[in-house]
Amino acid sequence: MRIAALLSVVLSLVLAPAAARAAKVSVAVAANFTEPAKVLAAQFKARTGHEAVLTYGASGQFYAQIANGAPFQVFLSADRERPERAEAEGLAVAGSRFTYAVGRLALYSRTPGLVDGRGAVLRTGRFAKLAIADPKTAPYGLAAVETMRKLGVYTALKPRLVQGTSITQAYQFVDTGAAELGFVALSQVATVKGGSRWIVPAADHTPIDQQAVLLKTGATNPAARAFMSFLKGAEARAIIRRYGYNVP
Amino acid sequence: MSAFADVLWLTLKLAGITTLILLALATPLAWWLARGRGWRVEIVGALVALPIVLPPTVLGFYLLIALGPNSPLMAPLQALGIRTLAFTFEGLVIGSVIYSLPFAVQPLRNAFQAVGGDNLDAAATLGASSWQTFVRIALPLSVPGYVVAAILTFAHTIGEFGVVLMIGGGIPGVTNVLSIEIYKSVEALEWGRAHVLAALLGVFGFAVVLTLLRLERRVFPSHLNDR
Repeated sequence: MRIAALLSVVLSLVLAPAAARAAKVSVAVAANFTEPAKVLAAQFKARTGHEAVLTYGASGQFYAQIANGAPFQVFLSADRERPERAEAEGLAVAGSRFTYAVGRLALYSRTPGLVDGRGAVLRTGRFAKLAIADPKTAPYGLAAVETMRKLGVYTALKPRLVQGTSITQAYQFVDTGAAELGFVALSQVATVKGGSRWIVPAADHTPIDQQAVLLKTGATNPAARAFMSFLKGAEARAIIRRYGYNVP
Repeated sequence: MSAFADVLWLTLKLAGITTLILLALATPLAWWLARGRGWRVEIVGALVALPIVLPPTVLGFYLLIALGPNSPLMAPLQALGIRTLAFTFEGLVIGSVIYSLPFAVQPLRNAFQAVGGDNLDAAATLGASSWQTFVRIALPLSVPGYVVAAILTFAHTIGEFGVVLMIGGGIPGVTNVLSIEIYKSVEALEWGRAHVLAALLGVFGFAVVLTLLRLERRVFPSHLNDR
């Protein structure tokens, strides 16, 4: 009897917190979404008790890791292509894919007055190097090329372009002054004061849809599903907008 | 296919130039480290080894700042109209020289140490100047060290990624080397292309190590009898 009573006490001690303990979800986050993702995770925890464990990196690397069994449960990509492919290849839960943010492109310089409000600096060309993200791999890079094409300056500027492998690197080139100006994500400079910038009209380039997808590894995790629906909610959308993204 | 050839040629050119510069630069440094005594030698020795410890992207980030327009190091060059060395082939050479420095200095230092003070003292006693001693005694005895230093530096520069990533800017024919091309192929989901390039790099690395081992045998046949 005593042993049974003792056992039940021990068991309740072990099991009770486990039952009350909230679940965890492991999220792979595109590097450009780092700041809003932190705020979103904090709000997610406050609302649901679940914890979102965030890992930041390049979307292409994440895709390679996920295809090879990485334990991420939700994938917030910097583009549309990789989540689409994850879905097509059966790595993601079919029908879970949606656009959580639409990136805005900005032409930015740390030098006040260099960039005007209409991008005319691209025509006058008083600079040596213009940084962009690799148009082949980064949607922001492609959008930058499209914008320059639309202005009819791409061919003239091509010899002066330097490419970062990601939009993060393009921003580093501009922020260190190595390139005088560059096409960066508005989210990168939304909270930065000073410098000069031109927010490129969204109509000038292909929309930079950043898509989220629930991965097969998270299909049965309630926290993963909760995180996906939280991301679609009004509160999350307001946070995302605050960081310089549009929401669909 | 010509893009392949361009990337390969650029990579070999960078490694070749870096190796030549490093062998010249590392010789006096390694000589001083091998013959010197005291805490100053220890400190410089540790500084030379630092590029092994620092992650290449960290090294690359600070090079980006150091070679950038706001850097005091660049002020004299700016007077000549050069705004920044980032995104140039010259900048990559500077980065590679720093990155591969320990791989040139260490084998030379070991080689110079192995020459031994006795040989040098004997030469000095016979009236040789220190320059003659170096050229006629130390240098010929250190040839195996030079072979090892050259091959290690060359191979290490071929495999360089983080530094080039940070200061290169991926300009075709100027800063777009093989390792960067592999990374970009992976990012672009072109895995087939990545596999081909990586296989190329792998075969090359294998050939270099094999050559190193064979050369070492040929240059030090006595090693086999020593033991």
